[in-house]
Amino acid sequence: MSRENKDVLYGLYDDEQDLLKAVDHANADHLEIMDVFTPFPVHGLDPKLGLAESRLHIAGFIYGAIGALTAFLFMTWVFTRDWPIIFGGKPYWSVPAFIPITFEVTVLMASVGMVVTFYTICGMAPGIVSPTLDDRITDDKFCIAFDVTGADDSVKSKMESFFAASGASEVNTKTI
Amino acid sequence: MSAVVSPIREPLIEGGKTYHQITEDICSPTERTPSTAWVLAFIVAVSALAFYVFCVAWTIWVGIGSWNLNRTIGWGWDITNFVWWVGIGHAGTLISAILLLFRQKWRTGVNRAAEAMTIFAVMCAGQFPLIHMGRLWLGFFIFPYPNTRGPLWVNFNSPLLWDVFAISTYFTVSLLFWYTGLVPDFATIRDRAKGIRKTIYNFLSFGWTGSAKHWQRFESLSLVLAGLATPLVLSVHTIVSFDFATSVIPGWHTTIFPPYFVAGAIFSGFAMVQTLMVMTRKILKLEEYITLAHIESMNKVILVTGTIVGVAYLTELFIAWYSGYIYEQFAFYNRVMGPYYWSYIGMMSCNVLSPQIFWWKKLRRNIFVTFVMSIFVNIGMWFERFVIIATTLARDYLPSSWSYYTPTWVEVGLFIGTLGLFFTLYLIFARVAPVVAVAEVKAILKSAGDQYIEPNKKHYAEAAKEVETH
Repeated sequence: MSRENKDVLYGLYDDEQDLLKAVDHANADHLEIMDVFTPFPVHGLDPKLGLAESRLHIAGFIYGAIGALTAFLFMTWVFTRDWPIIFGGKPYWSVPAFIPITFEVTVLMASVGMVVTFYTICGMAPGIVSPTLDDRITDDKFCIAFDVTGADDSVKSKMESFFAASGASEVNTKTI
Repeated sequence: MSAVVSPIREPLIEGGKTYHQITEDICSPTERTPSTAWVLAFIVAVSALAFYVFCVAWTIWVGIGSWNLNRTIGWGWDITNFVWWVGIGHAGTLISAILLLFRQKWRTGVNRAAEAMTIFAVMCAGQFPLIHMGRLWLGFFIFPYPNTRGPLWVNFNSPLLWDVFAISTYFTVSLLFWYTGLVPDFATIRDRAKGIRKTIYNFLSFGWTGSAKHWQRFESLSLVLAGLATPLVLSVHTIVSFDFATSVIPGWHTTIFPPYFVAGAIFSGFAMVQTLMVMTRKILKLEEYITLAHIESMNKVILVTGTIVGVAYLTELFIAWYSGYIYEQFAFYNRVMGPYYWSYIGMMSCNVLSPQIFWWKKLRRNIFVTFVMSIFVNIGMWFERFVIIATTLARDYLPSSWSYYTPTWVEVGLFIGTLGLFFTLYLIFARVAPVVAVAEVKAILKSAGDQYIEPNKKHYAEAAKEVETH
């Protein structure tokens, strides 16, 4: 996958409350935020950024349903078609005895499926090197980033004045 | 600072921490050279692990005949150890999943280490059924795979097979849950590291950036995994208890087993978490993150589950008498007064009587008492499994086959060896990963940090007043 380098103008804030206010400020100024990076999940940020609720749990439900059907139908096939055996005088298709395994496989498929989906859609895998704007973002800084690739100076200066007005402790540019 | 905190809450993070100090305090143990205490502990643990490898080799070379199992007593220390370890493995998921669903903030201080402990305990547990097979290299026969023998499938109606699915699912899900929680914290270490450590932690952190959308998905994933892991953790020990309860052996064939086993599992798991936490917080100087409030909360769980287990023991005896079924009555008479009466006394005194001291707040908050009690509970819960297995098998239907069982050095060695495996893994974990969830602790700082909690309580008083006036 080829990727164009981006010029990013970003500001760092010292506190999540400052960040939340700054995002409101940016929205009022009609500035388009590329992304926000935080050291921990900041609650109340998603609606301000206009992020739709994640659909990961729907994927999880689908994986779980596939797991339940796979396990149950497989056991049914084995004990009624492929190799029927009577255990303890019970019917071949002894549904209550299939429940524990059906449940376990449901949980297994839902969990593994969701985790794999999560890493895939986030573009994460062992060995991936994602460009980071600042090393302190995973420590104690809250970052708002603007994409300024090819932007003219008037836009940049508008963003810089936004950072100054909203109380950013540092403002930098970086090409990633 | 809009958090509203009830006036009875205690701070969960002490020392007036800032976000940066939290990072510093929790990540720095991974960046220092190991202390002498760590090195000594590691040498002891690895020696026990080496002895374990020797005992496994001996068992496989000589055969299961090197154990003292006999025709009457087919399960001994091996299955006792298996159930004990699986039980210990329950606290981690309980803390991380159930307490997440209940929005208990104190989980953040202990969940990471407890989940690690879970994974290591389940690894130890899994050893025993595998070794017990005798022919370890045929262990894959337990999985339903298409084979050239028909294909001959496994018995899906057998609780022993349910166990295979339960334990392997539990291990996988716990591992994924734990590792996904670790990823942002590995990124924190990565961004502090230089040189080769940076490369390693970059590999481990999967390229985490902390983007808002990623955090949103991360939280969604955590919540659903917690929702899945909650019934899972309850199902695992339920299924382990089915190994016994679905048999037709008096003393095992009881419907009380699933809830009784689950309560016992949580009980022993929390005891092991206490054992580890008391040492970890001292050695890594994390007393401000794993506070007395955390210790006290866990002691309360120990008191409740210990008492539930006690009620289960007494219920068993009552039902045996009330059933009017002489074989059942004889089994329980033997459990209390039979050849293994000493293990019943050990179980009752360690599991039911001794935790009652935790009704006193002073003792719940005493580190030394907590540590001693956690060891007591670990011993008591081992006895519980031994009582269930050995006393029941020793006196079966035919008096001519009554028997007594004592372990050989190989069986004792296997048990000590798994302790070595467990502590080796835990010590490595405490060196290379943050033992407290950095990002999660930061997320509760504004509501549970000691410098914020007093103003937050005032906020609560104001809110209460407002309700009154309306």
